[in-house]
Amino acid sequence: MNTRQQSKLIYSWYGKPLGSDRKLRTSQYKGILITSESSKTETCIQVGDFILVEGANADQPYVAQLMDLYEDGAQHKHAVVQWFCRLEEIPQNKRKLLKREISAQEVFFDQVLGYDTDIAAETIIKSIMVLPLHLGEELPLIKLNKEQTFYVKQSWDGKCFKVLSPDTFSKLKEANKKRGVITNSSKAFISSDILTPVKKEMESVVRSATKPKKIDMEIESKHSASKSSLAKERHSQRVANSDIKTPTARKKLELNSPTRSKGRLLGCEVLGLLDDDCDAIAPLEPSATKRKVKFTSDILGSPPKIPCSNDKSKSTSETAEHCQRFSDTMRLSPYTKVKDFGDKDRNLREKDDFPSLGGYQKQSSQSPVLTPRSRRTCAQKTSALIAEQISLLKSHGKLAAEEDFLSGSDSSYSSSSEEEDDDDDVPCTPEKKTKSSRIFSTPKSSRKSAVHTPAKTLRKTVRTPRNATPEIPKRIQAAQEPASVLEEARLRLHVSAIPESLPCREEEFQDIYNFVESKLIDGTGGCMYISGVPGTGKTATVHEVIRCLQQAAENDELPPFQFVEINGMKLTDPHQAYVQILEFLTGQKVTATHAAVLLAKLFSTPGPKRKTTVLIVDELDLLWTRKQNVMYNLFDWPTQRHSKLIILAIANTMDLPERIMMNRVASRLGLTRMSFQPYTYKQLQQIVSSRLKGVNAFEEDAVQLVSRKVAALSGDARRCLDICRRATEICEFTRQKRAPEMVRMAHVTEAIDEMFSSPYVNAIRNASLHEQIFLKAILAEFRRAGVEEATVQQIYHHHVALCRVEGLQSPTVSETMAICSRLGACRLLLLEASSKYLHMRVRLNLSQDDVMYALREE
Amino acid sequence: MNKRKLKESSAESAESISQVQKILRERFCHHCAAGKLFGMEQQYRHLLELLKRTMVHGESNSALIIGPRGSGKTTLLNHVLKELREMKQVREDLLEVHLNGKNPFLSGLLQTNDRVALKEITRQLQLENVVGDKVFGSFAENLAFLLEALRKGNRTSSCPILFVLDEFDLFVHHKNQTLLYNLFDISQSAQTPVTVLGLTCRQDILELLEKRVKSRFSHRQIYLMNSFDFKQYIKIFKKQLSLPAEFPDESFAEKWNNNVQHLSEDKTVQDVLQKLFHHSKDLRSLHLLLMLAVSAVTVHHPLLTAADLQEASRQYSTDSKANIVHGLSVLEICLIIAMKHLNEVYDGEPFNFQMVYNEFQKFIQRKAHSMYNFEKPVVMKAFEHLLQLELVQPLERPSARAQREYVLMKLLLDSSQIMDALQVYPNCPTDVKQWAASSLSWL
Repeated sequence: MNTRQQSKLIYSWYGKPLGSDRKLRTSQYKGILITSESSKTETCIQVGDFILVEGANADQPYVAQLMDLYEDGAQHKHAVVQWFCRLEEIPQNKRKLLKREISAQEVFFDQVLGYDTDIAAETIIKSIMVLPLHLGEELPLIKLNKEQTFYVKQSWDGKCFKVLSPDTFSKLKEANKKRGVITNSSKAFISSDILTPVKKEMESVVRSATKPKKIDMEIESKHSASKSSLAKERHSQRVANSDIKTPTARKKLELNSPTRSKGRLLGCEVLGLLDDDCDAIAPLEPSATKRKVKFTSDILGSPPKIPCSNDKSKSTSETAEHCQRFSDTMRLSPYTKVKDFGDKDRNLREKDDFPSLGGYQKQSSQSPVLTPRSRRTCAQKTSALIAEQISLLKSHGKLAAEEDFLSGSDSSYSSSSEEEDDDDDVPCTPEKKTKSSRIFSTPKSSRKSAVHTPAKTLRKTVRTPRNATPEIPKRIQAAQEPASVLEEARLRLHVSAIPESLPCREEEFQDIYNFVESKLIDGTGGCMYISGVPGTGKTATVHEVIRCLQQAAENDELPPFQFVEINGMKLTDPHQAYVQILEFLTGQKVTATHAAVLLAKLFSTPGPKRKTTVLIVDELDLLWTRKQNVMYNLFDWPTQRHSKLIILAIANTMDLPERIMMNRVASRLGLTRMSFQPYTYKQLQQIVSSRLKGVNAFEEDAVQLVSRKVAALSGDARRCLDICRRATEICEFTRQKRAPEMVRMAHVTEAIDEMFSSPYVNAIRNASLHEQIFLKAILAEFRRAGVEEATVQQIYHHHVALCRVEGLQSPTVSETMAICSRLGACRLLLLEASSKYLHMRVRLNLSQDDVMYALREE
Repeated sequence: MNKRKLKESSAESAESISQVQKILRERFCHHCAAGKLFGMEQQYRHLLELLKRTMVHGESNSALIIGPRGSGKTTLLNHVLKELREMKQVREDLLEVHLNGKNPFLSGLLQTNDRVALKEITRQLQLENVVGDKVFGSFAENLAFLLEALRKGNRTSSCPILFVLDEFDLFVHHKNQTLLYNLFDISQSAQTPVTVLGLTCRQDILELLEKRVKSRFSHRQIYLMNSFDFKQYIKIFKKQLSLPAEFPDESFAEKWNNNVQHLSEDKTVQDVLQKLFHHSKDLRSLHLLLMLAVSAVTVHHPLLTAADLQEASRQYSTDSKANIVHGLSVLEICLIIAMKHLNEVYDGEPFNFQMVYNEFQKFIQRKAHSMYNFEKPVVMKAFEHLLQLELVQPLERPSARAQREYVLMKLLLDSSQIMDALQVYPNCPTDVKQWAASSLSWL
């Protein structure tokens, strides 16, 4: 994928237009060629193939089947696809419906109607395989290129999973078979077409290989299958196809068709085999040709590489013998089916390395059957030789300078190691057999595997799932349910308790709902700015809207949409907003700058399968940065044509756009604004009484008092609910008998006093005598100097004088300093740094009147 | 015979004396562990109910405990927690996160920014083992991780969590108040039940909270005010000093307790306590006083006397700067007196060494009989010593350019302190004393 991003790809049609629609000015094609400039490879994808399509998340391309290819009037290449969806694309809450474990390789036949099946052909990445399976079936064990093969068992229509209908099942199967056939044909044909002597030889091999006995076929199919799954090969296959776009090619294809039919038969058999065998892979091409093809292309394509390939061909001939023997052992040994993966992989690698190997194998398959004894020695020999070859090849690898080649073998190697991993994991894998096969191998190779396994298991244990989700432990004792009326009332009055509907915000609710709904239906983007002081139900209303919309979307009244929420306060840095949005949308975790790039790309390019996104940005003002690029981007995306992004921005100040935003940002935010007025006392009263419906815990007057008080102060509904909750506590606290008690005026008044009374007066009244005298001395000094600031020394003199009047022993300077710092810690006084000692300046943190009031009362 | 008996009893009393010392010291030093609560029954019930509701019903809450230093905020909390842990139902469920403070508290002093605080919370919630050895890449990841964890829970099934933020006022200064916003937001939404408790001594704490944070805070404030009068103070004194019933040597305990009873009725003791009470109602200062007194208890002096307390009080209330003045040489004293005169003449304006030296020279030449005329470098040395003792302080930071003689200084002593110190200064020459009393006496 990475290389793909780096290298430029050219998309061109394969073959002539099949038919054209005059009216629509479209012409259909049967295949498309993807040419990579850097690696000089060509891939052909034909209608009916399974493909990967670029998705929102680079790690998780979409899976689809190519249904149609056409070019429109404007010369844009289009493709019509049948989607498959991965588990990740299914909403979390629906995954439970499956009631079974889903492997990463399983996809679902997508029957959701909302998705656009017409995509730009340029988004096609490559072809893959999708195999239909019956529901009960185990996933076949995949040995190679896991990324390339998917399985489909069920279909998904946005609400529930269904078993594949026999019709689709057979269609899918058909598609797979067809695929196998096509590739086969092309292969055979190429080899005959672009002929080097060696190749010709091999071709004959292929021909002979097409009619072997059944036993041979089985093994062969296995070989070819495992081989076929390598990405490299597919590439080469494409190359082959592309090389021969001549009429003769087509003819050849026809000529070969009899063999083809056999191949299909073979394919069916193998498919059947796969089921009981659990031993991988699908449509099989007599793969030897494939190898050859590649070889040829190399030779043909790059003159300077010729010496290397010569080198290789030499080694090829050298190894031919061993390979032959090797394949014999494979065929003969009772272990063939459950071969040690490591061994097999090495084999595969071997094959990778030596294009012609497959051919020799096939040749050998007709050789006489060996005895078990000889098999053993043979095996030993071969494996030793193979090891030799590997090392040899490694040294030559760079010389060969065949980058593709190298990377291909590398990838196969890594995949094989992955398999080894899997092998270790699956408890039922026959350990004994693995071992026994290891015995055959040379000490060298066995050591190798020995070295490998511990390393791998170590990594395993250390590795943690990427998205480890933390959890607070469950409580042991069940939480008690409310027993009394008051407790019930308190539970309902808690801010977190979500009422069925939000009273007093019906209008705002409707406005926001209409805004989002219209945008959703139009499939466009837009912004809305919502302001209001804290506790006026902004966030709650928006959430309510989203809930209703989701409900509607579930009932198919609205197109489905994604809902993302970020909160400025819950971000450590404004730029983290990108990271969170991207993670919500695609599940990727990247750095902020990278996320910004990805999101910009996501919202600016027409995504095939993308739903509308509703983004709530809470506490917008905290996303402010000096350059305001976060805000700018957020509000710029919705204005793009393909973004399908609806933003609801929430903040406290009404004039935020004018105050802190630059013109270009404010302009993009637009003028769709809404402000939530603070609640009036009637609304607050309604809110409380609606929550208390059916619970007779409050006197009517008490609720009214609270509402009026809060409305006069802030209009914050949270405060109102908190006071009511506190009042129930006070009520519970003060009642003596078990008799049911109502929350009365007295309780509410006490709660209000507790919450809103100024603590200063009380603090001064409870201060010690000298602390009070010190405050008096401050007042006296202020009065004398006429400035509301004094040094400790000045106050001290007054203090001493006051003590004399009161007949008290005057305190020492140290004691006075202690008093001063105590009062400073309570913030009754504001102090300078204490290093100045006597010259420290002192100020009052409350008005002189308050101090006088507090001191006089006594 | 008689001697042996004496030895026996003394050995026995030595045992009990050390016991007494141990018990009382523990009581005075770890004021939160076993100490009793005084005058805060109401607050105790309030807090207990609050926490119980969180633990039993899974109700989220937030509260602040506000009171001046030494008013027993932590003591109160520890008592409540101790009682909660004794309740079986709660003990198994409670998860505590303490930010800052004694044992495992979250404190503004330790968790100086949100990043550290989050790490500490993760550690204390033992969520880190969920992540395995994954090291948190960034602060952002950590925050997202924790919020995710807390969002997962719900009222009825998750373990309630108690967040204790000691020195709450310091958390207010963290950037954007992110931590507080998130904690309070959780307490106001249907997530894992949490109770956020803040301990602070600042009365203006609510004004420091950002408006959004303030709106999310439930405004429950528990005030601790030391609102007891002198009678209760005497009672506290008695309780703090008396030995518990389970003291091994019962007769000694009885004797000791009787003595304490007598002391509390003693006039001089009451005077001492009254004086302390007038200065500060803080129980820590009482503990300190008693600590000083108790350390005077020995085998030969097994019971506390009023004199012990008086002595302790005297020690406790002595002026620290005046104490330093006692240790000065006569020359240094003379310089301080000169500064005092300069302060009086120029009404507190700053002075420099040259002025002080001139003033000193005047005194030497006109008045002094016993004083030796020191050379200028010697006087300078003495002056620098005063500077080091921080009895004098330069107005500005000393710069390399300014000549030392002309750097402007201020005296950090009040004239009354100087006079008091001179009264007790041993072997002070009379002419110096006279000079100190009146700057004009030499005329």
